[in-house]
Amino acid sequence: MSFSVLSIIYLIGSVTFIIGLKMLSHPATARRGNLIAAGGMTLAILGTIFLYENNGERLHNHGWIFAGLLIGGVVGVLAAKKVKMTAMPEMVSLFNGMGGACAALISVVEFNHMVSTPSAGIATAILPSLNELPGMENASLGGRLLIILLGLIIGSVSFAGSMIAWGKLNGRIKDYAFKGQHIVNLVVLGLSLLSALYLVATIDKHVGVELSIGNGGGLAVHVAGIVKFLFYLILLLSITYGILFVMPIGGADMPVVISLLNSFTGVAAACGGFLYNNQVMLTGGILVGSAGTILTILMCKAMNRSLKNVLIGSFGGAKAGAVKEQGQYKSIAVADAAVVLAYAQKVVIVPGYGLAVAQAQHVCHELEKLLEDKGVTVLYAIHPVAGRMPGHMNVLLAEADVPYEKLLEMDQANEALPTTDAVLVLGANDVVNPAAKTDPDSPIYGMPILEVEKAKMVIVNKRSMKPGYAGIENDLFFQPKTSMLFGDAKQVLQQLIAEIKQV
Amino acid sequence: MILSFVQQHIELIYIVILSIFLGIEVISRVPSVLHTPLMSGANAIHGVVIIGAIIVMGEADEGNYLALILGFLAVILGTLNVVGGFVVTDRMLEMFKSRKSR
Repeated sequence: MSFSVLSIIYLIGSVTFIIGLKMLSHPATARRGNLIAAGGMTLAILGTIFLYENNGERLHNHGWIFAGLLIGGVVGVLAAKKVKMTAMPEMVSLFNGMGGACAALISVVEFNHMVSTPSAGIATAILPSLNELPGMENASLGGRLLIILLGLIIGSVSFAGSMIAWGKLNGRIKDYAFKGQHIVNLVVLGLSLLSALYLVATIDKHVGVELSIGNGGGLAVHVAGIVKFLFYLILLLSITYGILFVMPIGGADMPVVISLLNSFTGVAAACGGFLYNNQVMLTGGILVGSAGTILTILMCKAMNRSLKNVLIGSFGGAKAGAVKEQGQYKSIAVADAAVVLAYAQKVVIVPGYGLAVAQAQHVCHELEKLLEDKGVTVLYAIHPVAGRMPGHMNVLLAEADVPYEKLLEMDQANEALPTTDAVLVLGANDVVNPAAKTDPDSPIYGMPILEVEKAKMVIVNKRSMKPGYAGIENDLFFQPKTSMLFGDAKQVLQQLIAEIKQV
Repeated sequence: MILSFVQQHIELIYIVILSIFLGIEVISRVPSVLHTPLMSGANAIHGVVIIGAIIVMGEADEGNYLALILGFLAVILGTLNVVGGFVVTDRMLEMFKSRKSR
């Protein structure tokens, strides 16, 4: 009886995930969608704890389960509440890694369970004729092992990759690549998959059952040592692959990688669905797997890059060839920039990663209000991939209470730019690089950009002349209309505000 | 072996295929503004793996310390994924809302 109640709970859970995801893709309903999915998840978790039964046996160890839920819950809420808005992307990566690790751990435990307990699967492996018996058809050792191994490989790749992505985003890990890394990566992955295939194909030969009549009696399973050895080798190889795979990818591409790893974890969760014949894990996992993949492709499209390009990392290779002779740039004093902005009719602010690192969104909003009070129209031009994640700038500026109507999407912004008096670029670089339109040899050629050079004047705030994430020079900085305003975005904005107040 | 695997899991395989198309359908019309919250929300949903962790934990024998410890760890990590994911998403979306209501 309770099991059928649980089935209904799982059904409700699956539906809430679908509705939640659907609502998350519309601005007006997004928040409610998130809460609905969270509610469905809570229901599914509680239902599992109290109602789940396997062969008539309820779950035990409730103390352990609740302790784990409590610890994870408290730490999770604290971490999520405390994290700064600018650090959101790395937080998502960290949580994603936790999910991957969880899936891998489940596989480890289930594997140990499988090779140490006499089960119907092992019995049929030795006596294939048992397969003919009614009720025995669900016992395929190879199939079960296949799912366990898939969960293990995908989960641990996702875990290791997410941890590296997390470290990279908060600056603890630097890009690292060595010659022939792609080949090494492929070999590591290939070895891991081959070992898995070998294990699945030969597992039947490696298990045996002994009838012991001595102490306790009953059936005892003995498994060839190679099975355990290979299993942990696969775990090790998968973790290594996860690390190697993310290591050489540049920071600008991290959102794409996180989104991809996100869908990996979804698939790993779905493996759990197969393992326990659990529909809610399956729907939830696969839904995220496919939605995550589409999201990854959408993100790539916004940057006009193919997924393959991101993964093989053509940016790294292009670095060397992109150095070319540049003219002189001119810098501008804060006081002069203040005058330009204060006497303009229309100012467009282009926020970028520099604004995010400097946590300058609030000061930026202050500057905007100050200019508006002086009768200047101030708008923001938001490139879809400005910052570290698509939509990152929108989230940041929303945090600072910048009104929604002031944020222009790329197409609107490009229409408004020719009639703009002054553009203030705050720590953005590649998204305003005209090379994307003019230079077919440029690695970012073809990427849609904000055409700031069409405005009457461009003031670029950057910390130094160092190239942006794409690792290429920006012609914009050397154009006669452009003036450079060096410094940390927050400090520069504060100085600008002080100056404009005196104008 | 592949055939028997498909045969055993045919209903689940139907779910997989339908879910794949559903996921694609649901996501493909999303504005780029919502990419980050959506990724974060999807991240929370795959935290459903916690259910597997709970089952592992709940089925572990008293004396099987390896399973107990690993299962316990899995429950903690899974909860982190679920709770952290939903809370982070809510925080992001909260800002969108305050902006709308102005």
